Amino acid sequence: MAAVPAVLQSEWTKIRTVSSTVWTLAAALIVTVAMGAALSAVLKSSFDDLSEVERATFDPTFVSFSGMVLGQLAMVVFGVLVVGTEYSSGMIRTSLAAVPQRATFLFSKVAVAGALALVVGLVTSFLSFFLGQALLGEHRTTLGADNVLRAVVGGGLYMGLIALFSMGVATMLRSSMLSLGILVPFFFLISQILSAVPKAKEVAKYFPDQAGSKIMQVVPDALGSEKAPYGPWGGLGIMLLWVAASLLGGYLVLKRRDA
Amino acid sequence: MIELDGLTKRYGTKTAVDHLSFRVRPGMITGFLGPNGAGKSTTMRMMLDLDNPTSGTVRIDGRHYRELDEPLKYIGALLDAKAMHGGRSAYNNLLCLAQSNRIPRQRVDEVLDLVGLTAVARKKSKGFSLGMGQRLGIASALLGDPEILMFDEPVNGLDPEGIHWIRNLMKSLAAEGRTIFVSSHLMSEMALTADHLIVIGQGKLLADTSMADFIQQNSRSFVRLRSPQQERLRDVLHGAGFVVVEAGNGTLEVDGATTERLGELAAEHQLTLHELSAQRASLEEAFMQMTAGAVEYHAHGTDVHGGGPAAPSGPVWGADSGWGPRAGSTTEGV
Repeated sequence: MAAVPAVLQSEWTKIRTVSSTVWTLAAALIVTVAMGAALSAVLKSSFDDLSEVERATFDPTFVSFSGMVLGQLAMVVFGVLVVGTEYSSGMIRTSLAAVPQRATFLFSKVAVAGALALVVGLVTSFLSFFLGQALLGEHRTTLGADNVLRAVVGGGLYMGLIALFSMGVATMLRSSMLSLGILVPFFFLISQILSAVPKAKEVAKYFPDQAGSKIMQVVPDALGSEKAPYGPWGGLGIMLLWVAASLLGGYLVLKRRDA
Repeated sequence: MIELDGLTKRYGTKTAVDHLSFRVRPGMITGFLGPNGAGKSTTMRMMLDLDNPTSGTVRIDGRHYRELDEPLKYIGALLDAKAMHGGRSAYNNLLCLAQSNRIPRQRVDEVLDLVGLTAVARKKSKGFSLGMGQRLGIASALLGDPEILMFDEPVNGLDPEGIHWIRNLMKSLAAEGRTIFVSSHLMSEMALTADHLIVIGQGKLLADTSMADFIQQNSRSFVRLRSPQQERLRDVLHGAGFVVVEAGNGTLEVDGATTERLGELAAEHQLTLHELSAQRASLEEAFMQMTAGAVEYHAHGTDVHGGGPAAPSGPVWGADSGWGPRAGSTTEGV
């Protein structure tokens, strides 16, 4: 068996020596924070125009995370590229010749990249929260209020899990382009559209992003959003199942198929 | 020592590698020869446990590749030159590999120096020429200072200086007692470097022999004759007990005869000759005949599996029409 700490170190070197790591993670942070701040500012000035239901379920924490819809796409790109470039460059054969134990190879890579995505996700989440609250003025909440800390930490977890899910999908599909071609439209369009279509939304509730994002809501069914048959932690649990399934699928493909 | 035992790879109904069994021994260069598509790269990928065999095994010093502790210290391989991340520098590409097998960092500098890439060590490898990429691949193979080295078509796309360098490098590594396994589709290249030869065609083992034996068995000498009275000439030659092979373009080829004897024979019968020349089939041609034979046998569904030196026999020589004009014949051989 190859020594796991050695493989972890090697995977860390791989991640820190390609430029895509920096620009995808920086994009995730900047886009999420900036868009969250913009929407917080807009909602502060247009608070009185909101419907009664929206005002009743106004969730300042969730509002400051509005940028995640777009920012998560950069996390998807990060997760896909971490795995996908191994295949597009042909590096995968060199990597597996060096570490032939498929589980050690894949889960070391996923652990290092996932930890990095989680750290960036948490920083993003806290920054979005504080900047968003500052801009919401009198509608703001504080970190000490009920469930707010859970939502903010949850925002970081959500971003890390999105990256992990993408890594699993890219390992199954063995191609960056194919993975991005499926994941980006799915998270940005399909999931959003289906969650607004009657009947379809009953299924869409269980999509990884729809279920996982409940953890970021402090007020249940915030801003008049759809009622969910699960709580914030239940939602995160559903997302965790998706992540586990995608990583397991990736592992089985890596193990069975020729490199 | 690498041992293959009944190694087989099937893709659907197509058999890419068919019950290959052979050994690669230390202290020499073993050439792995076959035409494009013969299954060389597939075999090498299975040896590194990158592709899963349909059946059969590969043992490296008695162990399966996946059981090797830090495999780069046992076996180094150059599979394809561009199997590195282009956005990473040459140094960092090697550093990732070194760290995964707990190879000290200074070894990266050593191998970069050995292959002459020190000056571009910090440059992104996507800007590398094919030759530089090949050198980087060789550096990665040498990283763990392994006893076994595998090179898949290492001279592909290299300039003469680069080819010369790789040849000498392989020879010096073999002289140190290492096991060198190198594939090629060029017989001429193998004749210059390999001590031992393994030939495959259609995934089947055609020859497992020393280079010297191969040259001896396959350097065929013959006499080429061309005459406007071809029909009569052939009857005369048959009458004198010679085996005549029709080689197309109105030429006849006779094995085991001298030009003197055939010239006199033609004169006795008052035949006009337009050509009478001694020929030696090149090793390249012998190799092509051998692998063309595999195609022939395969097409007729006859099993030639069984290994051992497969010297071309009569029917194989006669079945060369698929290879077109015999441009491979030279008067001096390889």
